[in-house]
Parts: sequence; C-alpha cells; structure tokens
Amino acid sequence: MPAVQETVERVKRIDVDQYRYGFETLIDSEKAPKGLSEEIVKFISQKKNEPAWMLQWRLEAYRRWLTMTEPTWARVEYPKIDFQDIYYYAAPKPKKSVASLDEIDPEILKTYEKLGIPLREVAMLEGIEPKVGEQDPAQRKIAVDAVFDSVSVATTFKAELKKAGVIFMPISEAIREHPELVQKYLGSVVPTSDNFYATLNSAVFSDGSFVYVPPAVRCPMELSTYFRINERNTGQFERTLIIADKGSYVSYLEGCTAPQRDENQLHAAVVELVALDDAEIKYSTVQNWYPGNSEGKGGIYNFVTKRGDCRGRNSKISWTQVETGSAITWKYPSCILRGDNSSGEFYSIAISNGFQQVDSGTKMIHLGKNTSSRIISKGIAAGKSQNTYRGLVTAHRKATGARNFTACDSLLIGDKCGAHTVPYIEAKNSSATFEHEATTSKISEDVLFYCIQRGLSQEEAVGLVVNGFVKDVLQQLPMEFAVEAQKLISISLEGSVG
Amino acid sequence: MALLEVKDLKVRVEEREILHGLTLTVNEGEIHAIMGPNGSGKSTLSHVIAGKPGYEVTDGQILFRGEDLLEMDPEERAAKGVFLAFQYPVEIPGVATMTFLRTALNAQRKARGEDEYSTPDFLRKVREVSKSLNIPQDMLKRGVNVGFSGGEKKRNEVLQMALFEPALCILDEMDSGLDIDALRIAADGVNALRTPKRAIVVITHYQRLLNYIIPDFVHVMSRGRVVKSGDKQLALELEESGYAQFEDAA
Repeated sequence: MPAVQETVERVKRIDVDQYRYGFETLIDSEKAPKGLSEEIVKFISQKKNEPAWMLQWRLEAYRRWLTMTEPTWARVEYPKIDFQDIYYYAAPKPKKSVASLDEIDPEILKTYEKLGIPLREVAMLEGIEPKVGEQDPAQRKIAVDAVFDSVSVATTFKAELKKAGVIFMPISEAIREHPELVQKYLGSVVPTSDNFYATLNSAVFSDGSFVYVPPAVRCPMELSTYFRINERNTGQFERTLIIADKGSYVSYLEGCTAPQRDENQLHAAVVELVALDDAEIKYSTVQNWYPGNSEGKGGIYNFVTKRGDCRGRNSKISWTQVETGSAITWKYPSCILRGDNSSGEFYSIAISNGFQQVDSGTKMIHLGKNTSSRIISKGIAAGKSQNTYRGLVTAHRKATGARNFTACDSLLIGDKCGAHTVPYIEAKNSSATFEHEATTSKISEDVLFYCIQRGLSQEEAVGLVVNGFVKDVLQQLPMEFAVEAQKLISISLEGSVG
Repeated sequence: MALLEVKDLKVRVEEREILHGLTLTVNEGEIHAIMGPNGSGKSTLSHVIAGKPGYEVTDGQILFRGEDLLEMDPEERAAKGVFLAFQYPVEIPGVATMTFLRTALNAQRKARGEDEYSTPDFLRKVREVSKSLNIPQDMLKRGVNVGFSGGEKKRNEVLQMALFEPALCILDEMDSGLDIDALRIAADGVNALRTPKRAIVVITHYQRLLNYIIPDFVHVMSRGRVVKSGDKQLALELEESGYAQFEDAA
C-alpha cells in the first residue's frame, strides 16, 4: 500500500524538529499581562464584547477555580505548572504572511502533500495572502487562486449550511447572536465546577466552535474541511458546544493531521455535546500537537474535558479519536447515557513515542433504561513513552438493561515503554451486562522479519503491523481522514525501531 | 558465475557454533535439496542467507551473483531476488493479504528502481497467479495468514514467490504440517515456477517432498556441515538407511 511507503520516506527526511518550520508568528499584537485575576477575566470578556451574563458565568467559574487543586491521579509526571506565569489572553496573532506557495519551505509543502491535504487548504493553513503589486504573475496566480479557492469553498459551505438551518460559528459570535441557545446549553454537560481544568477553561476560554442542528435535519456535510480552514488561532483554552436537536444528525471533525506547534504549553479545552431525542452526534478528533523534542523537552500539555450528553431517548454519541501528539495527554471523552435506549461509543487510537505520556480513556455513565455503550481502545507505546487506558463504565440503580462491551488492546514497540490499563466497572443493578476484554502484545521479531524478508524496511514493517492493529478504529473515521490518519500513525512511530 | 556461493560459512548463535564451515554452490536453473536431521543447521543456513537477526557469522562468505550478501540488509536481499518460504508463516491481523502483497511487491520494485505497479495491473497479476494456485479471492481479503489452514499458509508463500519472481527460492520445511493433497498443490505451484534462470533450494527432513519437487542435487547436512552430496538417488538411499551413518561421519 503506497501510504506506508510514502510515510516512511517522509519519516526518513524529517525529524521531530521539523515542527519549527512554518509555524512562526510575527510579533504579538495584543496581550494581557501574565497571570490570572478577576481583572483578567473581565478583560477577556470585555475584549470579546460579551453580555453581562457571560461575564458573570466566567467570574463564578474563576472564583470556584481558586478553591480547587490540580488533579494528580493520572499516570503522568510533569513539573508543577505556575498558573500565574501564563498569558490568558492574546488577540489572535497574525501568522507571518507569505505571498505564494513558492515561498513556503519545500519540506513543509511535501509534508502537506504526503498527508494529502489539498493545496487550497495548505494556502490557508500557511496564511498565504495575495500581495498588491505582485511581480511574478505566475506566483500571483497561485496565491490568488489558493486564497480565492478557500474563500469560495468556505462561502459555499456557509450557504449550504444556512439553507439547512444549521448554525455553525465561533462560540464568541454565538454568545452574541444566539444567547438563548448558549445560555441554555453551555455548562450543562460540563458544569463550571466540574474539574480543575474545565473550571479554568470556563473562566478564561478564548474561542471555539458552536454548532446547532435543528430538529430532523441531517447536517449536509462533515463539518471538517471547513473547520480545518477556520480552526486556526482558537488558542489554548478552546470551548466547543454542539447541540443536535431532535432527530438530527451531525458529524464533526476536530483537528488536523498536519503538525501543529503552539508556544502555549498548557492547553485545556472543553467540549460539550448534547443529543436530544433520536439525535446522533459523531465527533472525530485527530490530535497532532507538538510532542516535545527527542530529549523530551517542550511539548504541549493537553488537559481536555470532553463529554457528551445523550439527553434524549434513542440518542447516540460517538467519539473517535486519533491521539498522536502532545507531551502529555489527559483526556477522557465520555458519554452520559441519560435518555432511554441511548447509546455511546468510544473508538480510540492513542500513540506515544519518545517521552510522551498518555493517560486517556472514556467514561460511559448509564443512567437511562436499555442503554448501550461500546469502547474500542488501541494504545500503542514506543520509545520511552507511557501509555495508559483509564476507563469507567457504570450503571445507575435505575439503568436496567444497560449493556457495555469494552476491548482494550495495547501494543508495545521496544522494551523501554509502558502500557497500562485501568478499567473501573460499576454495576449498581443486576440486569446490566458488561463485558471487558484486554490484551497487551509486543510486535514480535518474527513478524517483523517476515515482512522484511518480503522487501519492507524495518520502519515500513512496523507501520504495516501497527496499521493492521488499529484498523477497527480507523474504519470509524470519515473516509478522507482515515487515509490521513493512517499516514500520521506511521509518522508518529518514527524512530521507534532500530 | 554461480547464483549463490556459500563458502566455508561459520555461524554462531549465542556463543554456540551451529555451522562449522559450510560450502554450497547453486547455479541458475538448479534445484537443490538440503536434507538432514533436526539440529543439523538446515534452518540456520536458510535464515543466514535471508539475513534474519540473531546469527553471528564468524567466518566464510555468501556471494549472490558475486556480490557479498552478508553486507546487505535483509530487505535489500529480498529486492535482489532472495526469497525464503517460511516453515511457519506468521499471522498479521488487520492487514489484508492483498494489501501486504502489494506493499511488499512495490517496495521491492522501488528498491530496484522499477516503477510501482498500478492498481489494475497489480490486481490482474494477483488474480492470474492466485487462480493457478487455486487460491480463492476471498482468502486475499483476509488478514495475512489469519485463520489460514496449514495448506493455505504454504500456498500463500508460493503465491508470493510467484508474484515477486525471485531468482533464488529457499523453501524451509515446506512439507511440515501438510497433508498429501495440500502438499501436491503447493509442490505443483513450485514446479510451475521452475525456469532456467531461477534456482530453488528445498530444505526438508523427508524424501516425500522430493517425489513432487525433483531435485538436481541432494546435500546431506549433519552437525553444521554438508557431509555428502549427490543426485536424487541419494535422497532415496537416505530414506532406506536414515541419517545415523552421517552422524558418525560428521
């Protein structure tokens, strides 16, 4: 399969420090002073022209946060974070603009090409702007086409969504334009008091996405390509709220397979999903934040709270995640199965290499009758990394007929990494049926030699075996992204053998 | 020039010498059988030729078309045309056989500086070959060797041999675990691959396989050396008298 070979070629050429390319910014435009106080919270709210209720909401969260302490139960180690040494507000920083694709480092272009990201998106991601009085007509054409294309694509999307009645906008805009929806649902899944990082996010969140799908509407497109174009500069405290009204369906894709570097080391996002009667939300994530260099220095701390509420009868929420980046990942996309007959799914591929630490999993909380959930987790540990699956499956006293199936598989590459599985299972009524399967395996020398004898290099062989291992989960991703994710997986395992 | 020349090869595994100066020459178009009791070093020889890690060559040479094979990575040897059919082919869950075949074939072609096969060309070729080996298309969609019977696994090895068109095929105990019908199908597949350019080395305990794949030369190995060479008649004699006589000779 060509994907594997391409990947390996790329891997050979580019090392971890490739991240330095292309993601530089010019000077900051506007920054609030370091540290967090009521003044800073007010400043953020004011900068965003928020209504008074929003400011109150933030302030309540801030006051609550002051009383909380950082959680330490996860299997991750890092130096203590000084929360007064962080900038909590910076106006979106313009990227260093370039006039055409020709000015971009060819290595970066190759990266995009290998990942299969269309040129017009590359132009957007790299912040290409047409210049006035451009000399080279050929260059100018590329630039203008690229930008024009992406703008027109975005516009077409917008028109189509509007026709369907789907609201899709930055949450900062939604706060002003659809306050009734935001007020009703914001914090209704992840309350401001939920946990240290979610509470911090509630106080200082910068921006994020808001989606509302009206009753009986099937969202006409994956909210992906569009999202990818517009996702830049949402910052370190992202807040996303998605509401699928009765009988509606939406598939949402977050993230990008292209490497993303950010100077902000701490990321604490909150994602809330609400599915009403007969509604379905499919949420897919591909996370490829900077994992730190080959000595384990730097890298993003990713402390995320993601939760979906199957609030209505027969509703369904499905999480699919491919986690390859970040120095530390602390993330448990969960489902509250409140509505009768509702169902939740969690499909996960978590890859750690180098010095990465992953503590990720899910919570399936069965509250309604005849609810079902399914967990398929594939953890891959390489290098000197630690990879933990932590999951909770619980059935309430009244949640009769609850069913869960869990399969946790871990794959070890090399002998300096660790894989851990920490499942919590609680059934508070006797009619629940919970199944749990777990395996841990190592890529055997015999399998690698077999592949190599047939002409594959060591890295190609590992890529192939790993892609086979994660196939069940990859299949859950939207088509176009599955292909990119497959390549990304092999890239992430760079240097894990030999 | 000989296709394969093994000269006075000495090999150790974890400080223990397994091959004590083995010499073997294989020319294009020839079929050689290497016979010998368990532990005589037959499989070690095949692994060292293919480049499996864990073996230390302390002396001697292996030349492939005059080039030093021991200097090459195992994948490089594969691309040059060295193929080892495994005694126990491994299972690779989640990787469709078809995907595996294509990845491997294109990796080899690329290493040789040839164009990769296009999808239609590749599919045509696989269909053609698998049909002649009586391999159902549905088997190609399953994970590599996952849930395959012993016979299916060996046929899958022959299928790869046919696809990759190697210059040298080493069949390591191809008859192990096969019933007589499965053995015949696999052997027919191998015979169909005989060409004046291709050499085949058959490693086996038993004479039985050599009724189907008729060798030009038979070598008897004992305690890490070739102790006797002859034609196919030698295999029949062995069947009669057993290996014990050579144990003493070695």
